[in-house]
Amino acid sequence: MLNKDLFRRPNIELEDAGLSAPDQPESPNALYVSCPKCKAMCADEDLQSNASVCPSCGHHFRIGARRRIELIADEGSFEELWKDLHGEDRLQFEGYTAKLEQARAQSGETEGVITGLCRIENIKTCIFSMESAFIMGSMGTAVGEKITRLFELARREHLPVIGFCVSGGARMQEGVLSLMQMAKTSGAVKRHSDDGGLYIAVLTDPTTGGVMASFAMEGDVTIAEPDALIGFAGPRVIEQTIRQKLKEGFQRSEFLLEKGFVDMICDRREMKARIAELLRLHGREAEA
Amino acid sequence: MKAYACVLAARSAGRATARAYIDAMTDVFVEMHGDRRFGDDSAVIAGIGSLCGMSVTIIGVEKGTDTADKLKHNFGSANPEGYRKALRQIKLAEKFHRPILCLVDTSGAFCGIGAEERGQGQAIAENMSELMTVRTPVLSIIIGEGGSGGALALAVADEVWMLEDAYYSVISPEGAASILWKDANHAREAAESLRLTAEDLYEFGVIERIIPSVQEGGVDMSHLKEEIAGTFRRSAALDADELLERRYQKFRKIGGGCQ
Repeated sequence: MLNKDLFRRPNIELEDAGLSAPDQPESPNALYVSCPKCKAMCADEDLQSNASVCPSCGHHFRIGARRRIELIADEGSFEELWKDLHGEDRLQFEGYTAKLEQARAQSGETEGVITGLCRIENIKTCIFSMESAFIMGSMGTAVGEKITRLFELARREHLPVIGFCVSGGARMQEGVLSLMQMAKTSGAVKRHSDDGGLYIAVLTDPTTGGVMASFAMEGDVTIAEPDALIGFAGPRVIEQTIRQKLKEGFQRSEFLLEKGFVDMICDRREMKARIAELLRLHGREAEA
Repeated sequence: MKAYACVLAARSAGRATARAYIDAMTDVFVEMHGDRRFGDDSAVIAGIGSLCGMSVTIIGVEKGTDTADKLKHNFGSANPEGYRKALRQIKLAEKFHRPILCLVDTSGAFCGIGAEERGQGQAIAENMSELMTVRTPVLSIIIGEGGSGGALALAVADEVWMLEDAYYSVISPEGAASILWKDANHAREAAESLRLTAEDLYEFGVIERIIPSVQEGGVDMSHLKEEIAGTFRRSAALDADELLERRYQKFRKIGGGCQ
């Protein structure tokens, strides 16, 4: 019998970028996935072994936070910190508790970012990786707190920070307390930076809103994955404000490179080698 | 005051804008223009004023008064060059040891093609970073609308004050309503849910002081300027490292109770 997910087509329309779920095949039954870019069918197995990049056209599928760490950290080197840290529903915002439960079930994570220490080609570094399946990687108090703690730790221990960003912005359900996380994380990044700390920010699809307007844009080196949506305001909001359709490619990685807001675009399959090279160029040495 | 009433009051016609505060509180004000990178953004007023005999760098988001004036000031929605114009004055304030007063009144940073092309997010991020570590006292007052990141870009300060009939929020009530209820007409309920009034923010430890209105949309400016000058004198007496540590901790503790 044919599996009904066999020809599942992930839905990643530009219009709801920032809201739609990650397009990695989650169901173990999804044996084939159609690439949203080139429509080619690719076997899930091939996709997985290719860092979730379409073998035909190079489209970068969205991937989860843990998968990202797997792709970048030396095997077995990741040591997670503050795993169970979570925020609270201080505003008693309608539906938030249920939404958090749903996000936890969907993502298998406690909060929207994973933080810890790892080695990349045997170089010790702090790392954070945001989870798009957790309320679109939105930044609430717990996300802000974990990122702040990570930069504070990196500052104390004189370690670099590698940060994988993916976020729809600040988390509405925590109101102004979420907004303040932009200032808090910026302060922690700045202190780490002022003490000579290296921070490499990697912007992935999508990085928008309050995260884009804080630590995502504060790296010493800013790398974008190809064709990622990166912007302050979401495309829909801009279209509504200016009442015109936006051009193809607006707010994509290549656009940001052209406008001078990212240092480079790097294919996910080359990301680890590139980051390791950058760490070495900043004098970080591999440990024996 | 009820949340939505604050939102309406903050947006009401005839409310004092940043310019009115500057005119009422300074004996002299010399306005400075431009960011030296792209242009001059009229949504942001920046300059040096004499306030109670003290030279103060003043940065205000200006909405404008009548229709022509509002258009000129882009209704108080700054572009990246507005934030960079502010940043230039922030750095100069540090150089010349002037305290910084920010008057915030914006529905949000401008959402447009040019704003994105010129790095709205980067401009906001840079202002927050620099304000966090600028070695001179900073005071921000939310005088009307405190709209999200566009407001926060000028509200990383030693103290944040707020008018009792102003609001400060992560998202506009209309924006929240259109996400939550798929209908911007539920803005009233959204405003209540967002806890965006001065009282709420005081309770959360986000602001240090609530400024009472003496009449609709107005405050006692002469009293306010004395309070501002007094605060700057107290801050100036602190060692700069101590000042910066306190400023960092003010924001650091928000959400610091996460377990």
